[in-house]
Parts: sequence; structure tokens; C-alpha cells
Amino acid sequence: MIQSNKTDNCLLIEFQNVKKMYGSGQAAMHALRGIDLQIDQGDFVAIMGPSGSGKSTCLNILGCLDTPSDGSYIFKSITVNRLNQNQRAQLRRHYLGFVFQGYNLLSRTSALENIELPLIYRGVPIKERQILAGQALDAVGLKGWEKHTPGELSGGQQQRVAIARAIVTEPAVLMADEPTGNLDTVRSHEIMELLADLNNKQGITIVMVTHEPDMAAYAKRVIYFLDGLIESDKKNGEIK
Amino acid sequence: MLWDTFILALREIRRHVLRSLLTVLGIVIGVASVIIMVTLGSGATVQVTEQIASLGSNLLMVSPGKRLGPGRDSTGSPFKLADADAIARDIRSLAAVAPSASKPATAIFGNENWSTTVTGTNNQYLKVRNWSIAIGREFNDGELRAGAAVCIIGNTIRENLFGEQDPMGQRIRLGKLSFQVIGLLVAKGQSTMGTDQDDIVLIPVRAFQRRISGNKDINLIQVSVTDGASTEKVQGEIELLMRERRHISSNEEDDFHVMDMKEIAKMLTGTTQVLTALLSAVAAVSLLVGGIGIMNIMLVSVTERTREIGIRLAIGALEREVLMQFLVEAVVLSSSGGLFGIILGLSACAGLKNVLQVPFVFNPGIVIIAFLFSAAVGVIFGYFPALKAAGLDPIEALRHE
Repeated sequence: MIQSNKTDNCLLIEFQNVKKMYGSGQAAMHALRGIDLQIDQGDFVAIMGPSGSGKSTCLNILGCLDTPSDGSYIFKSITVNRLNQNQRAQLRRHYLGFVFQGYNLLSRTSALENIELPLIYRGVPIKERQILAGQALDAVGLKGWEKHTPGELSGGQQQRVAIARAIVTEPAVLMADEPTGNLDTVRSHEIMELLADLNNKQGITIVMVTHEPDMAAYAKRVIYFLDGLIESDKKNGEIK
Repeated sequence: MLWDTFILALREIRRHVLRSLLTVLGIVIGVASVIIMVTLGSGATVQVTEQIASLGSNLLMVSPGKRLGPGRDSTGSPFKLADADAIARDIRSLAAVAPSASKPATAIFGNENWSTTVTGTNNQYLKVRNWSIAIGREFNDGELRAGAAVCIIGNTIRENLFGEQDPMGQRIRLGKLSFQVIGLLVAKGQSTMGTDQDDIVLIPVRAFQRRISGNKDINLIQVSVTDGASTEKVQGEIELLMRERRHISSNEEDDFHVMDMKEIAKMLTGTTQVLTALLSAVAAVSLLVGGIGIMNIMLVSVTERTREIGIRLAIGALEREVLMQFLVEAVVLSSSGGLFGIILGLSACAGLKNVLQVPFVFNPGIVIIAFLFSAAVGVIFGYFPALKAAGLDPIEALRHE
């Protein structure tokens, strides 16, 4: 287990000159060219930018799904880039929730079982697991859809199940990679309202990548990426 | 946690019914075919050994002519009854000496006729062949001395000539003469060579010489050695005696030969062992084919599984938990396939026992080998792609197409 030093400081995430490149030598592709970033607890951050600007790479590193090539990443006073794969998995298990553009639910698996999955890995007993999963499904407005598999659910419903799966463990941070990318406008706004609600009422920190300004408008803070660097970083009031 | 992993693995198997069934099927076929072939093969070997034992393993067959072999003729003057008498008189530790002469003949009873072999011999014939009378009696001394027109028939003759009738006391015609049936032999079934041993008519040797063949020739002298005596030693003594009686000088080869049933037994078990080895090779190929089937299915599902592993890692599974789940899944599938294969193989053998008339010989070694091989294939090819995928960064596993 990873021990985090509980401090009164509400700084949750810190990037110091984080770089990420793919390939090597002449053919090397620099996705991130040196990012400095701080995210406080309870924030709702939207990361925007054109395709290839490095916003998804940044989110994947934030979510410990990927490792930086250079620089340091500090999460709750833990230097993440010094952790091995197992320790990063522990971090994901205890503090992070994920929502992907492509939902990434397990096929042929009921909504309830999908939501239970992270709880299984946390070692939660089956009875409690089912209660928690039911509550999470209720929270995303899908009560009564427990037995349905992803194939029997619409895109919006699948994304709600994915959100329920992400929040069932009550994570410190919810990472969302284009959560509305595959949805129509009405469903997109429903999902965003759900996320904003989770941020306001439950105080879950949210980091979201999107390329739609309408969706970014729900966030408290918007960061623009361009060519692997941060171009601007504003409170939402300032850009509206 | 282990229990949870087990449940997860079982759920995963249930979720991918077709994939699971195909994997299991590959193992079932592999294991069952190996078990069937090897069990039948060893059954055949045992059967041959048993039949030779029933023939009498201490049996020597003395026949005229050189030992048969490629490019060698089998000429040699036939024996006479006196030769058999001389063997019986001069050589010790013999249980029985049965001279015999045979000729094909048609047996006729009423409207029925049947082509068979008539053998002229004495009661010792039954002794050397480990044979007994089912109904009726053996020849009596008077019949043997006088060459009376009586016969003992095999079960095949009874079936074909008499059907449901009682053959005792009936007269069947062999050649120009009719013989009264005085006994019925116990059914023996097929010989190792595939001939029907029950297709036989025994008559007194003197009756055969006088009425069937018209000469004094004896084609075969069967000698049964007493238990515990050395067949090799007796064989040597018979060879010496016969050389003397047939006036063969020391620089000439024998114009007869003495065959030890043990040699035939050795030869036949050798043949069946070669056959068993051949069958095992075929079975090994089918095991391999089954193994390749398993590999295919496991490898085809790698893409799907890699994504799944990515999802599990992203939501907080540790690498070893994911691997444990896949390992348990592979072990459950492979071992249940193996068990089904064993059940299928053994019950097929039990069923074929009656059809092929081969005894059922349980061979635990091959059952274990077949099981371990397919289980290993299943586990290795179910586990190693997962091992590779679980070592990836979760985001790479998720992007896997």
C-alpha cells in the first residue's frame, strides 16, 4: 500500500516539466514538451486543444495509465514517476476513476457487474458490492437497468454505466477522456450535468479532456494545449 | 481473493460460451483419441497373449519340410504314425503327443452343406490344444484302433449344419462316408490369425487315413511339454530323434522343423506392439492437432482479451490479479476438457470392447500423459498472451486493435 502524507494543503496534482515522447532519435515524436501544472482538490478542469496537441497524453499520465518520459508527477505528495507498475495500479485502485470516450465496458457483462468490478479488486465483500453498485447506478439515473449488458444499452446509457463504475469507489479524482465524444448534444449535456453535479455535491475532483467548448463550459477551469505545451490556463469566468 | 478470482474466471468462461466450448473440444478430442487408440492397442496385445496362452504356451509343433521362410521350399516327406509313437516313447517330460492330418472337405447334413477342414487325430489333440468337449464324449479306444466312422464337431459346424437341432447321434457325410457325431467342442472363437477355430471336424486318425486321404501320412505332430520342463530341451531331443529316424546325415539340414509356440507368441506380440506404436503415433498427431486448435482459439481472442486486460488494469486491477484470473480460467477449461476427454475415451473403449471383441485394458500412464499434455497446451496458450498483455501500460492495452 502507498501511504500518502495527509497535509492541509489542498494541492492534489502537480506536474513539473513533464515531457512525453514516442519513438527515438530523429523520428521521435514529442507529445508533451514540458508541462507545469497544478490541480487543487475539488477542482473541475477541462483540457482543450486541437488533435495532437497532447491533451489525451497528459490525461493518461495524470491517470497513471501512461508514464512520462521526463519530469516529475506528484500526486498527493507521492512521486508517481518513481513508482513501478504495481504501485501505480494500487494508486489507480484507491484514488482514481476513469471515463473513456469509447466507454470501455466489459462486453457481455451486466451493468451491475461492470460497476462491481473495481470493488472486486478492492476486496469489497459481495453483499456490500452489490449495494454500492446499485447506489452508483441509481446516482447516474439508471435504476432498473442492472441486468442489461452494454450491447443492450444506448451510448448515453453506456457512458452513465462507465461513470457509475468510475465513481463507485469514491475516487479522489475522476479522469474523463472525451466523455461526450460519441454522444449527441442532448445526451452530452445530460452527461456533463451529471459530472458537474458529482463535482459540486460530492466534491470529486474532475479532469476532463474535450474539444467541445460547450462541454468545457461546465468546468471551473479550462486549460488550452497547443503542440505539447500549455497555451492558456484560465478560470471559467474569465473566458465566458 | 482467490475465491473471487475463481468466480471471476468462471463468469468469464460462461460469458464466452462458444470460445470456451471450442477450447474444451480441442482438448476432449486430443485426450479421447489418444486414450482410445492406446487402450485398444494394448487390449489387442493382451488378447493375443491370452489366445497364445489358451493354445498352450508349452506346445511344440513338429511338421515336415524345412522351416518356412522367403525363398525356401517346404518339401520333406510326411511323418508316419510311428514317428509320433517314437516321440511319445523315447522322450521324457511330455504331457501329450497328438499326430494329426488334415484335409479340406465338405460336410453334408440333410440339405445343409458346409466347407470345412477334417482332421484325423486322437484324444491327445484336445489335451495339447487345451480344448474340451461341451456335449458328448471323446473317442474311445475301440473307435481309435478300428478307425470308426465317428466325429467330434466344432461349434461352427453345429451352427451351420444343425441350427437349433441336437447334433448328437446324427450322421454327417464327409466325402463318401457318413460319420456319427459323438461330441461337440467348446466354442473357442477366432484365433490370433483371424481364422475360425471352431470350423473343425475331428475324426479318428485311422479313419482319416483309410477313408479320407487314402495314405498313411501325418502332417503335424503336436507335442505338449509338462509344466516346468524346458521346451528348448525337449525341442532339441525331438530334433535329434527325428534326424535319426529320417536318416539325415550330419552335414545335411533338417527336412522338418519343430516350432515352439513361444516363438510364435513372441512374433505375434511383436506385431501387435508395432501396431500399438503406430496407433499411438496417429493418436499423438491428433493430440497435436487438438493442441493447435486450442492455440488458434486462444490467440484469436488475444485482441479482445488485451482490451479487456487494459480495462481491468485501468480500473485498478493489479497485474498479478489479472494474470491469476486468466490462469484459473485456462486451468479450469483445460482440466475440464481433459476430464471429459478421459470419460469419453474410456467409455468409447468400453463400448468398442463388444464391437471389436478386444478386451478393455485400463492404462493409467497414457491417461495421465494425454491429460497433462492437453492441459499444458491449454494453460500455456491461455496464459502467455495474457502475460504479455498484462505487462503493457494500461493505455497501450486499451488501444490494442
